[in-house]
Amino acid sequence: MSQITLIDSKLMSLVITRLCHQLIENHDDFSETVIIGMQPRGILLAENVVDKLRAIQPKSNIRYGIIDPTFYRDDFRQSGKQLIARPTEIPFNLEGQRVVLIDDVLYTGRTVRAGLEGLMEYGRPKSVELMVLIDRRFSRQLPIEPTYIGKSIDSYDNQEVRVMWKKDGGEDKVILVSD
Amino acid sequence: MEKTLSIKHLLGTKDLTLQDVELIFSQADEFKEVLSRPIKKVPSLRDITIANIFFENSTRTRLSFELAQKRLSADIVNFAAASSSVKKGETLVDTVNNILAMKVDMVVMRHASPGAAQFLSQHINAAIVNAGDGTHEHPTQALLDAYSIREKLGTVKGKKVAIVGDITHSRVALSNIHLLKTLGAEVMLCGPTTLIPKHIESLGVKVEHNLRNALEWCDVANMLRIQLERQDVDVRYFPSLREYSLQYGLDKQLLDSLSKKIVIMHPGPINRGVEITSDVADSDQSIILQQVENGVAIRMAVIYLLAQNIETRKGM
Repeated sequence: MSQITLIDSKLMSLVITRLCHQLIENHDDFSETVIIGMQPRGILLAENVVDKLRAIQPKSNIRYGIIDPTFYRDDFRQSGKQLIARPTEIPFNLEGQRVVLIDDVLYTGRTVRAGLEGLMEYGRPKSVELMVLIDRRFSRQLPIEPTYIGKSIDSYDNQEVRVMWKKDGGEDKVILVSD
Repeated sequence: MEKTLSIKHLLGTKDLTLQDVELIFSQADEFKEVLSRPIKKVPSLRDITIANIFFENSTRTRLSFELAQKRLSADIVNFAAASSSVKKGETLVDTVNNILAMKVDMVVMRHASPGAAQFLSQHINAAIVNAGDGTHEHPTQALLDAYSIREKLGTVKGKKVAIVGDITHSRVALSNIHLLKTLGAEVMLCGPTTLIPKHIESLGVKVEHNLRNALEWCDVANMLRIQLERQDVDVRYFPSLREYSLQYGLDKQLLDSLSKKIVIMHPGPINRGVEITSDVADSDQSIILQQVENGVAIRMAVIYLLAQNIETRKGM
């Protein structure tokens, strides 16, 4: 088993700061924008982004929710393992809002598709953008592309991207594991 | 740790492990959130067909199951024994096999005979959910009762639950006893000697014949209905409903005279003025309507989890 570090803790901080400034550039004071983190791992990135945004723009009211795509997945009864739902908390209406959906790794695009379907149950957003920390290019099975990218990588299907966070007890970093 | 249900059918709460119950409750939490949305529906069970087979009358349970299934996007067929070929002499297995031949994946069944669901699960290739089998078990009712206690008091473990009334003829009582013991609650049964089965203490429950003592002891009182329809017509279990009500009925005066505030539950349908009076049923200590509300979420969780264990039909 070999592993390569894609993002270390110093770079992680820079990447998140850059992503926040890209958001501010497009969304100004976030009066019509909501941030939605995807369960389970996307919310860790989303929380970091929201914390940073609040630090940069303390006067803006940054609305933040989380969504669990489990009920909308297309591999129900096919993956062989039980799909366990996790909490969804969207305490506001998405009707007419600009949504920034955040996940940590974009791979086949299927999870994002499920998340999009789930989002629509909360109203018709004006637009949805996608932010990911790692974009595994050329691995897509659905026509889904990110709006904001931390880092794009080329990888094989037998490789695995692991995103680790300080909140999990380690340090902020992303590694690529090959077996 | 891989989380999966240890069961393929929900026949009774006796078969459930603590992990199973925790899994069902955690998913019910998520379905409660779904039920609070503007669009109260998820597409998970699009490819599942469920038959609701009710050989006994039911309003609440049947409606609750039906809503749960619809909100999971399952296709459903309903079958009531009164309007069926059962009247023409068809056996249970034949009836259900005929329904299954139409490609049904899951059967929710209520039947007057104890063990009917168990019997069916041995002869039928579909997931079975027991919606009540005679005086035996009614697992989803017990699950929603325990879930409602957990919601109201934070936990079930260590709580004292009194089940009051007709224990002998109650499937709700038996399912509740098994489940509450699994969850670590203390259980006391209260009712006249004639309505409490002999040797029931062997299940690890206390028995009390004085209602006031039971209520003073407990945190939660589950007031059961007198099941006149199940009682043998030749046997008098108590002199009259009026006398039963005087001894074992809960009124506001008794409730207010207790040294602490207890939670009042009832599996419905209520006989107002018999086991509880209207002012108790409608008081702020009663969680009867929350039980009904939680019923849909619990049944969604059970069906959702069981449906995942159904083998996908290959080549379709």
